[in-house]
Parts: sequence; C-alpha cells; structure tokens
Amino acid sequence: MSTYPLLSLAIWIPIVAGLVVLTTGGDRNAPLARMLSLVGAVAAFLITIPLWTGFDVANGGMQFVELKTWIPRFNINYHLGVDGISMLFVILNAFITIVVVAAGWEVIQNKVAQYNAAFLIMSGLMNGIFTSLDGVLFYVFFEASLIPLYLIIGVWGGPNRVYAAFKFFLYTLFGSLLFLLALMYLFIQSGGSFSILEWHKLPIPLGPQIWLFLAFLIAFAVKVPMWPVHTWLPDAHVEAPTGGSIVLAAIALKLGAYGFLRFSLPIAPDASHELSSLVIALSLIAVVYIGFVALVQADMKKLVAYSSIAHMGFVTLGFFMFSAMGVEGALVQMVSHGFVSGAMFFCIGVMYDRVHSRQIADYGGVVNKMPKFAALFMLFTMANAGLPATSGFVGEFMVILGAVKFNFWVAFAAASSMVIGAAYSLWMYKRVIFGDVANHHVEELTDINKREFLILAVLAIATLWMGIYPQPFTEVMHASVNDLLHHVAISKIQ
Amino acid sequence: MFDNFVVPNLLPAAPEIFLAAMALAILMIDLLVKDSRRTVTFALTQLALIGCAAIQFATSTGEITYTFSNMFVDDLMSDLLKLFLYMTVIIVMFYSRGYVIDRDTMNKGEYYVLALFATLGMMVMISANHFLTIYIGLELLSLSLYAMVAMNRDSVVSTEAAMKYFVLGALASGLLLYGMSMIYGATGTLEITGIAERLNSGGVNKSVLVFGLVFLVAGLAFKLGVVPFHMWIPDVYQGAPTSVTLLIGSAPKLAAFAIVMRLLVSGLLPLAPDWQNMLIILSVLSMAIGNLAAIAQTNLKRMLAYSTISHMGFMLLGIVTGVVGGDARYALNAYSSAMFYVISYVLMSAGTFGMILLMARAGFEAEEIDDYKGLNKRSPWFAGIMLMLMFSMAGVPFFIGFFAKFSVLQAVVAAGYMWLAIVAVLFSLIGAFYYLRVVKVMYFDTPADDSPLTAPLDMRILISANGLAVAFLGIFPQVIMSLCAYALLRSL
Repeated sequence: MSTYPLLSLAIWIPIVAGLVVLTTGGDRNAPLARMLSLVGAVAAFLITIPLWTGFDVANGGMQFVELKTWIPRFNINYHLGVDGISMLFVILNAFITIVVVAAGWEVIQNKVAQYNAAFLIMSGLMNGIFTSLDGVLFYVFFEASLIPLYLIIGVWGGPNRVYAAFKFFLYTLFGSLLFLLALMYLFIQSGGSFSILEWHKLPIPLGPQIWLFLAFLIAFAVKVPMWPVHTWLPDAHVEAPTGGSIVLAAIALKLGAYGFLRFSLPIAPDASHELSSLVIALSLIAVVYIGFVALVQADMKKLVAYSSIAHMGFVTLGFFMFSAMGVEGALVQMVSHGFVSGAMFFCIGVMYDRVHSRQIADYGGVVNKMPKFAALFMLFTMANAGLPATSGFVGEFMVILGAVKFNFWVAFAAASSMVIGAAYSLWMYKRVIFGDVANHHVEELTDINKREFLILAVLAIATLWMGIYPQPFTEVMHASVNDLLHHVAISKIQ
Repeated sequence: MFDNFVVPNLLPAAPEIFLAAMALAILMIDLLVKDSRRTVTFALTQLALIGCAAIQFATSTGEITYTFSNMFVDDLMSDLLKLFLYMTVIIVMFYSRGYVIDRDTMNKGEYYVLALFATLGMMVMISANHFLTIYIGLELLSLSLYAMVAMNRDSVVSTEAAMKYFVLGALASGLLLYGMSMIYGATGTLEITGIAERLNSGGVNKSVLVFGLVFLVAGLAFKLGVVPFHMWIPDVYQGAPTSVTLLIGSAPKLAAFAIVMRLLVSGLLPLAPDWQNMLIILSVLSMAIGNLAAIAQTNLKRMLAYSTISHMGFMLLGIVTGVVGGDARYALNAYSSAMFYVISYVLMSAGTFGMILLMARAGFEAEEIDDYKGLNKRSPWFAGIMLMLMFSMAGVPFFIGFFAKFSVLQAVVAAGYMWLAIVAVLFSLIGAFYYLRVVKVMYFDTPADDSPLTAPLDMRILISANGLAVAFLGIFPQVIMSLCAYALLRSL
C-alpha cells in the first residue's frame, strides 16, 4: 500500500487548485484560468487512480486510512479512509470534475476563474464527504459543499436562478441540521467519540434508533432526493449552468445515497429493518410516479432531472432490501447514473449553447444537422432507458433481481419503470432528434466540435465498458457490501 | 484617623489604573492637538490599549486574586476576556478612523477618550466581584456609549437613538439596582462570593431572593439585548454612527457575558434552576424574534441588530445548560461553550460592521443591503471576505461561526435538552435565509454604482485579516476553545 496520503491529496489538490485559479483575477486572464483549472482537475484525477490499482478487493474494511487529531476538545479527528463502497465515488467525482471544466471551456465567458474555482473547490469538498470517517469531519464537508453550488446556480444560472439557489440551499440545510443533532446524540451516547466506525459498534435501544434513523432519513432523503422532498431538484437543475447540472446529477445526488450506507444502515440497523417498508414505498413512488411526471415534461433538463429522481429511487430501493444483489446493484446504478446523467445534461447543454432553448418543442430534426451528436446522444438516451449492454441496464437489472427475491410485487413495480424509462427517454429523443428540420434555429445548427466530441466519447466508453464488463466495478464492492450486510443483520438492541 | 487604612494590592487592577491615567492624559494632550493632527490622539489611544494588554500579560498570575476589600477580582477568565477586549477595541479604532476623519462632527478627541472610558468600564465589569463594582463599570460603559451615539450632533436619527438608548438604559440600570437591593436584603451582603457563601449556608429568604433575581435577570437581559428587553437594539444600531455601532455591537458582549457569569454563576449558582428557566424563555424568544424580524429588514445595520439579538439568544443556551437537576457536572463544558460563542461572535461582528465602514465614504453610509449589489464585480476580494463573514454568522462550516454553534449545541444536547436544540437549529435555518440574501445581493445582482472602494490600506489589510481569521479559526478552533475551557476551569 502506498505511503502517500492519497486521500488527503484527493481532497486538497482540487481545493488548492481552485484557490490558485481564483488568484488569476478578472476575465482578461480567462485562458490562463481555464488552463490551470484543467491541470488541477487532471492532477486530482490522476492522484485517485492508485486508489483503484492499489485497492485490496479481499478487504472489506477501510483502506488508505489517515488519522490525525483535529480538535481534541471534542475528540474530533481528521480521519479518512475508503472501502469498496466509497472508493469508486472518489474516482467518479475526480473524473466528472474534468468533464465539467472541459464542458464550460468556451461556454462560460463571464467570471471564468470564479466559475472553475467553485467547481474545483466543490470537487475537493465532495471527496471529503466520501472519505470522512469522523462524524464532524463528514458534516463539515457535507455542509460546506453547499456554498459553491449555491454560488454556481446563483451566478451562472438561468432566469429564475435566485429562487432555485435559495431553495436548494435552505432545503438541504434543513436536512443537515437535524443530522447534526443526531451526530451530537451519538457523541454523547458513545461516551465522547465522533468516530463513525465506533458508532457502528455502539448498541442503541430501538426507540432512539428510530429517531436517529428519521434524522438521517430527512438529511439524506433531501439530498438523494426522495419523493416527497424532491421538489428542489428540478428547479436547481433547470436553472443551473450545464456544469452545475452535471455535478449535481453525477455526484451531489450520490452523497445522500452514500449517507444511507455509511450512517443509517450500520448505525441504526434495527430501525432500518423496522422502517424499511417506508423507504421502499417512497422509493417505488419515486420510480413509478416520478417516471410518469418525467413523461410529461416539456423542458429537456426537467425531464432528465425527474428521470434522475426515478433512477435514485432504484438506488434507495436496492439498499433497503438488505441483499447483496440489491446493494451492489444500487451502487452500480449510482456510478452508472453518474456517467449517464452527466452525459445527458452535457448533451442538452450542447444544444442549449447553440439554440438557447431547452424546450423540446423548439427542436426537431436535429439529426439532419448534427449526425455525430445524434449518434452519441442516442447511446446515452438508451443507457438512460436501461438498454442492455449499457451501464444503465446492469444496475437496474441487479436491483430488480434482488427485488424478485424480496417480494414479487415490489419487483413488478420496479420493473415497470423499465417501460416508463424507455417511454420518456425515447419519446424525448424522437421529438428532438428525428423528423424534419423544425425551424431556422435547427437549420443553423453545427455539429459538435472536437472538444465536445472528446467529452462525449470518453463518457460513451465508460458507459459501454460498465455495461459490457461490469466485473471490475462490482469486484471492489463485494467484500465491503458483504461486511455491511452481516453487520446490519445483527441486532444492536441489548 | 487613617489607622485602619491599608493600601490595597494594586497589582491585579494595574491595567485599569493604567488605562484611567492614560485616558485622562489623552484628554489633556488632545486639547493641544489641531483637528488636522488628530492622528496623534489616535496613536496614543492605540498605545494605551496595547500597554494595557502588555500589563495584563505581565501581571497575570493565573490565580484568583481579590483586592479592594474583595470588590475586585483578577482571575484567568477576566484576563482572557480583557485581552480579547483590548484586541477588539484596537480593531474597532482602526476600522473607525477613516470614517471618523470623513465626518467633522465626530473627528474630535472626545471620540477616542470616550472609547477608552467605555473600555475601562467594561474592564471593571469583567473584574467585578461586588454589586457596586458591577454597577460602576456598567454606568461608565453606558454613559460613554450614550455620548458616543449622540456625537453626530447634526443627525436627527443619531440624536433620537441616543435619547432612546439613554432612557431605556437608565431604566434597565434601575431594574438591575432594584434586583441587587433585594438580594442584598435577603443575604445581607453585596459581595458576589459572599452571596454564594450565604446561599450555601442556608437560612435565606427564598421569595425575596427570587423576587430580586427576576429584576436582576431583566437588567442583564437588557444589557445583553435579548427579547423582550431588546427594543433599543435595532434603533440604536441603526441610528448610531456606524463606527459607534461597531463598538456597541462587539466589545460590550464580552463584558455582558462576564457579568452574567459573575452574577448568576459565581453568585447565584444555587438558584440555577430558577434563572435557567427564565433564561430559556428569553433565549427561545430571542432566537425566534431576532431571526424572524431580521428577514424583513432592508437596512444592513438594522438586520445585523436583529441578528445580534438572535446570537445572544443562542449564546444563552450555553449558560442555561450548566446545571442539570442540581448536577453541575456539565457546567464547565456549557459555560466555556458560551464563552467561545461570545468571542467568535465578537470577531464576526467586528468584521461585518468593519465591512460597512470599508464601503462607506464621505457623505455615503453604505448601510442599505442594496448598497452591496454586485460587490463581487467591484471588488471580488472584499466580496469574498463578506461572504465568509456571512456564512460564518449563519453557522456554515468551515468558518468559526459553525464551531461556535456546534459547541453550544453539544452542550445543550449533553444536558439532555433535545427539544431546545431542535428549536435552536430550526431558527438558525431561518437565520441562514437573511445572511444568504446578503451573499445573493453581492454575487447575483449587478452593481448599482461602480465607484471603487476608497478605504485606506491599513484598514483593507486589517479587515482582510479579520475575514481570514474567521476562516482560519473555523478550521483550527482548538486553541481558543481550550483557552476558554482552561480559563473557566481555573476561575470557577
């Protein structure tokens, strides 16, 4: 194992790079700011590669652990580590950051340095969330990551950006404040420890477990987002710039789901079993009902936003069936959704940059003018609908398999989403891409340039790779998921 | 006839004596200084404060020392609070210099001398071990501040604010004195440590005592500015010249915290269940009204006034959770959290009002929230500083305001008041809205005027340092946290 503090580097390289980018100042130095951001993002990505190559797949515990005293007054430590559950998200996050920097290359001309810096800092903070093993450290990253996204939506967003930024910030802050109180309760109960791994072993009676579970549920459900606290997401997505939407869909939504696996299940296993039907019900509503909501959207970004909520419903469904198939399927779905939704939002961004509209009705016959784009967009649409051989299929299929063992009707409801997903994805694709050239805006379209092609090609490779050969992804999860499920199966009530 | 006279030990009060002498000397020297050379007065003021800090360091023994027939106490808590007090006043004086120079009616030697007397009053309050000492310190502070609020004579708003402050302040002092006299009646002593002894030995008339306590708490609540004794805060904060608002809004919180500790904790700890219940009501009301009313404000100074009310309410949470069911096990944890909260708040508040002074220039006050429109375009650096201060006030990490809230909340949870913690976080959620609005105005809106900032270099540097300190201490809060805990451990 490497002796370098890889996880610290994965957190702090992007943050420091972001601060350096800020020093380039005004838009006169925009090319320099872009270059520095790209270098920072690529460096941060390269540093995460050894996490995968050096990862011991047989070990279900924490790896690359770093432990330093931070605030001894409250026994808070700078405690980092990754296991099979979190490792992939660190890499995904670093990868998506490159995509985001590249996606804004020519598009963002206003406050370029601040734009890129916000994304780099946010990327570092989110790596902090995925790797923290100390409750307060986790919380600090969790809440601090709201600041850059608030600014991204508010400064570079669409017409209704102020409303969306406030709604996003206050909604998620509401969830996380109750989460903070849950952390403090655990601190007192454990006799003065903020270590998440200590909390996993802490026996707690059922009553407090239920309260803890509900506090976690509110925090993470808002972040995922689960029905009925999902309403901030479509607003945030629609108003955010393309890069903001990509980060939001690809990474930020995963934070909540990750929280379930790191906090809810292991700390309150009995309450998780007790209330699993509640979460499963909410997940199925998200999968089926939100799927129908997506069907009727006239705005492409809103459509993909609702489809994200439906896909995340699969994830929470997978977690609360307590089977290896379900949890691993959910994790695969999370990674896959990172690639696919990122790519979908990028595709919409490509069209928006040219036509300045996201309305489906303003398009039609795009394939006549943008054949290369149409081909790639096709792939991601299919992946979004869960077509076999794309990454979207693997996760959903595993979750449905897990659900069949769990309860037939749950599986039936979940599987119906394969149809609904295909309906909204393909119908949108048909209306936007096929047919005759609809108007003079479409007539004037130019096909994607090299930069855009490169971004989409890389995402396409990732999507296909995960769809055809998911083994490398699932392999790293096995040990950690099995450990987690064994842990959750044992009651903590004494 | 002087047979009984013993020269008291002057050493514990050396900083106070030094500052009193310096203030009088500066008053004299300033008569010889022309208006254009007022920098001399400014420099002497700063030197006096630095001298105080040096003397404080040199004379600090770490032991609890009483002097002047037990009327005055010097302990680690007072040393620490006074050091922060000097630091705050030095910062305040730096921030206000440019503002004062631009305004003729304020550019007088009295401005500095009154600030020094106010500081002296706060020092006396911090070190008081006797009801009369507290009263003297409080009046010295208040009278200096009344005069400072009214210094901008030509302004109707300032004069009105001063009048209001004076009338209500006098009323509060009366309440405090009345409460003190009741407690004297019940215990037969004015000495704070003496009162604690009487209470512990028993045989004290409880109903007279609690009657006095009610007035005492009311008086303290007024000085802290918590609901329902908060009426003066918005008017005075808005009406006073900004440099004076800065002084009122920062340093006196340290002194108010000190007298709360002296009166309620050192003196009346056996009555903790009584005053804790009173303070819980005040605290919840302050968080509610402070945060809700702040949303409706368009004037930044007035908004910050309401935010002060809510912050003081939050700070009180640390004080009400010290004793649980007669068990003082959590006292140190709770009180040191409150102390950390006050110190953090003073740092943030100084920075925020400093920003208003930075934006102000001759003939322009920069006190409307809309004056900050598009600040990110005009000066990305200072917009960034203000952003950090606002998020810190809202209690978002990585800023010191988060750990201030964190430490108080954990004390509340440790004491078992979960419902109180939930109320507190819900109101901080509401509070986040109006701090976010300031950030929104700076970052999302386009500037209304593009004139560059004209503040002098020293102020720019200092306010940057202030903002960065809020971030730095938010990442490394341990030093101040443990200083607070240690000082209280050695003082209580």
